[in-house]
Amino acid sequence: MKALLNLWLAALLVLFATQAQANLTIEITRGSDRAIPIAIVPFAVEGGGSLPDDVAQVISDNLERSGQFDPLSRNSLIARPSSSSDVNYRDWRAVDADYLVVGRASEEGSQYRLQFELMDVLGQRRMIGEVVTSDRNELRSAAHYMSDQIFEAITGLRGAFSTRIAYVTSEGAGDDMRFALFIADADGRNSQEILSSSEPILSPAWSPDGTKLAYVSFETERPAIYIQDLATSQRVRATSFPGINGAPAWSPDGRRLAMSLSKDGQPEIYIMDIAGRSFERMTDSSSIDTEPSWSPDGRSIVFTSDRSGGPQLYQMDVASKQVERLTFTGNYNARGRYSPDGESLFLIHRGNNGYQVARQDLGSNRLTTLTDSRADESPSVAPNGSMVIFATQQGNNGVLGAVSADGRAAFRLPAARGDVREPAWSPFLN
Amino acid sequence: MQFSSYAKGLALAASLVFVAGCSSSGGTQDGSMDGTSGSGAAGQGVGSGQVSGTGMNGGNGSSQASQQGIPSVRTIYFDFDRDTIRSEFESVLNAHAQYLRANPNSRVVLEGHTDERGTREYNMALGERRANSVQRFMSVQGVSPSQLEVVSYGEERPAVRGQNEDSYAQNRRVVFSY
Repeated sequence: MKALLNLWLAALLVLFATQAQANLTIEITRGSDRAIPIAIVPFAVEGGGSLPDDVAQVISDNLERSGQFDPLSRNSLIARPSSSSDVNYRDWRAVDADYLVVGRASEEGSQYRLQFELMDVLGQRRMIGEVVTSDRNELRSAAHYMSDQIFEAITGLRGAFSTRIAYVTSEGAGDDMRFALFIADADGRNSQEILSSSEPILSPAWSPDGTKLAYVSFETERPAIYIQDLATSQRVRATSFPGINGAPAWSPDGRRLAMSLSKDGQPEIYIMDIAGRSFERMTDSSSIDTEPSWSPDGRSIVFTSDRSGGPQLYQMDVASKQVERLTFTGNYNARGRYSPDGESLFLIHRGNNGYQVARQDLGSNRLTTLTDSRADESPSVAPNGSMVIFATQQGNNGVLGAVSADGRAAFRLPAARGDVREPAWSPFLN
Repeated sequence: MQFSSYAKGLALAASLVFVAGCSSSGGTQDGSMDGTSGSGAAGQGVGSGQVSGTGMNGGNGSSQASQQGIPSVRTIYFDFDRDTIRSEFESVLNAHAQYLRANPNSRVVLEGHTDERGTREYNMALGERRANSVQRFMSVQGVSPSQLEVVSYGEERPAVRGQNEDSYAQNRRVVFSY
């Protein structure tokens, strides 16, 4: 019976996972005053012409979006070398570039052979020289890979440009609404519809290996948690208890799913063993307990509870179920997410200006607001901890925003139409 | 919607019905508010006319329940961050309680909704609290628990779009969905 149901769900997905696109564009809204100047020279193409995708521009956009780099405009490029042997370092010192990226491409059958090099202008040395081969239609992926290498060589932090984001779109209001779940590259391009429905979809969560999404869908007119394999589109319904089935969160080992279930009368945190389909109730209060998220070491869960009156964040030791309150600044702190190093929390904090993304240092418990918008939701942290993506409002539309973990740089990813929300940043995928 | 096991095997047909059929039956019938939040006389009897509604039967704005039909006003509204039943809506609930007592085979889904402010899953819980509050009221009025089901939509299905108090007030609601 269960197998039959799953087959039926798979068939439904094949039928409705159409080729719909909801690409997002990027608008830089705040640049960092500490950004490193870098020159990225357009790649030379052997035999003339240009690449189907401007690899140097993709790298430049990626690095700028990180907030840690300030790419020189193309007009400021003093020369157009394509190899380190052609580079005159003094030229690049004169235009205040600390680093320089050059490259060249040659066509080999259906593929491109791309050589790229990164130079330290002040140290007058080559830091990276690498050859990448790429299919014609995979040039953006190749550019993301190169961006990762450049970012890591300079900052020491692993690049997250080859990652993806999941998000939910909606159009309409009241009875007449359409919802869709998408995944796209971290720069908002290459979007792919995973599910669409006339009923709400929310809370997408990536499995730690990046192969599956858990999410909440109301497609049966009741909320249920589904787990969908992204490669095969096959999925299973993990929970459909009476009441809320919400806020799925994968344990770091990928074997368990924390969630909020209200089958006992009010929302409580549960942990589901995915393979065994068994459930353990973790909280026991007459209050709301929801929005669980695992610490990177898997030992703790942070969650939102109004047991003190308003929503605040609490941390539970998973083994002992002992709970400790974490947030005390203000009367609304919700939807906490750990940084990958486990040393801070990103959350939604209500201050005088509305609901904003904030970071709380778990050592000092000091809370810092990172955004200046008024209606932020759903912060999700990049796997390298450098940026947080979140949902916010621009005019009357829901858009995605991102802010660097230090709050210095920010950008937005508006959609062409409708609302976008519920972003979830994937883990490292390569 | 109910599917037999057999129908589930008919994946194509079932899927079509399944997806296409959801919006009309799963949606909401919203009344609209007369005036702004919290205004107007409170605590009057059935048919005090504090709210107007457009129900499936083409309600005329009166919350007076006919003896035969489902009461036409099917939406009540809540104050910010509250789940208490405002006194001006007690007459609406009483009309539904009367109808459900008189029609023990009738079932209703109490759909809880919030405005868009705050986080989504927390709002899911707040929407449930509002619907639970209505459910308790109905139970006290003698409605059988088997006739009532609570489903929270949180902030996912706003009745109206807009970032202002008027829109927020129209979205903080519980809808009777028969």
